[in-house]
Amino acid sequence: MKVPLFGPDHDPGSSFTELLRTVGVDPFAAVEGAPRVDLAPHATTVLALRFRDGVVMAGDRRATMGHRISNREMEKVVPADRHSGVAISGTAGVAMEMIKLFQLQLEHYEKLDGRPISLEGKANQLSQMVKSNLGAAMQGLAVVPIFAGYDPLRRTGRLWDFDVTGGRYEEREFVATGSGGGPASTVLKVGYRPNLSADEAVVLACRALFEAADVDAATGGPDVLRGIYPVVAAIDADGWRRIDDEPLRDVFARLADEQRASREVPS
Amino acid sequence: MNMPFYVAPEQMMKDRADYARKGIARGRAMVAAQYVDGILLVAENPSNTLRKISEIYDRIAFAGVGKYNEFDQLRRFGVRNADVKGYAYSRDDVEARSLANDYAQILGQTFTHELKPLEVEILVAEVGATSSDDQLFHILYDGTLVDETGTSVLGGDAEAIAERLSRTWSADLPLERALSVAVAALTGPDRQLTADDFEVAVLSRGNGRRCFARLDDERVAALMSS
Repeated sequence: MKVPLFGPDHDPGSSFTELLRTVGVDPFAAVEGAPRVDLAPHATTVLALRFRDGVVMAGDRRATMGHRISNREMEKVVPADRHSGVAISGTAGVAMEMIKLFQLQLEHYEKLDGRPISLEGKANQLSQMVKSNLGAAMQGLAVVPIFAGYDPLRRTGRLWDFDVTGGRYEEREFVATGSGGGPASTVLKVGYRPNLSADEAVVLACRALFEAADVDAATGGPDVLRGIYPVVAAIDADGWRRIDDEPLRDVFARLADEQRASREVPS
Repeated sequence: MNMPFYVAPEQMMKDRADYARKGIARGRAMVAAQYVDGILLVAENPSNTLRKISEIYDRIAFAGVGKYNEFDQLRRFGVRNADVKGYAYSRDDVEARSLANDYAQILGQTFTHELKPLEVEILVAEVGATSSDDQLFHILYDGTLVDETGTSVLGGDAEAIAERLSRTWSADLPLERALSVAVAALTGPDRQLTADDFEVAVLSRGNGRRCFARLDDERVAALMSS
């Protein structure tokens, strides 16, 4: 794969996916005539919520293939660039490819144009990628991301969720998607207040994942045996910051204590 | 039928080389030099938006002097090829040497086959795991590819600047010392320049995955005065 030196008439601009098409790669092309498939691993509960200075994103680590756990350490929440992150639920392979392309797209644009895309522009780019995948989504290989980040122009955290058609919806407070998205949303809805601190938002995100894992078989809970905890990250003016496993272990230990206490019958 | 005048090939190449050299000498020069954490790139450039130095990939930077539209087209070529290669293979497979070779091919091809040579001189710099792995590829308007060690000077008046630089530079200088050495070499004895007149960037081993970072005027002024 070699890119030529483009003349002004044929220049593909700052888009990485356009550039790939010039060398004959169309990453989201649907397979002609392929039947609906249910063979690929799926990835599940991811969420994002706003707090005082930005957004918190979180996702469990489990990937499933039918009833089998195919991966226990998948990272479904990843930084898109310094000030934004993307979380993916849906078909793992397609989702990972989309994340890789999206990260490259943002960096490629930034390098070619000399400045990053605006936060809204990034969300729009992702929406176009989701839309390009519609053909594959109809065959059962859907990807539904969440995009969130810190908007330096408006000085606030912002978040978006998407549907398989590329529909892009900005949310004011929180969003959760994936097979455990229902229970996670309920927990977020009950616990959400405006102006949460970063620590409070992290605890709320963990609580939502905890409850989702409790009722959804495809969502992994905190894996104390192997020391695998969900990916939780806060994004504010200083950029993306992943929360370490150690504080997460404490949060989940407290949540477990709480659960045990609530089940005790008063004597 | 018109018969074209015969021009000896020697004369034709000499004319083209003179033309390219004149174009490059009109512009301002730039310097790349190793310092203790990586590679420092300093260009004399009063514009804050039209860049001479830019990021190609995680460990690779590009610098060009001469005609802006021409070296910017080459820069875009570099970013595109690096990103496509990293996408198709791995980020570890993107390296300065093959990119420098591509540039040498393009410049050489244009020099011998096109009506007008490109009036540019470019540099592809790659910061390695240790300072002995750092690479500076200097490519001339005719495709001549030079693998330089320690420092590289591009543009008009390069000899005088390189001479001044060689007297004061060493590879283990901290950033502020390396910057003042580079700035002094570019400025020369007869001029006075301020931080606004320079475009400065580093490829620093300590910057994480993306080693490239620009230093804004404020930071440059602070470093120059320290």
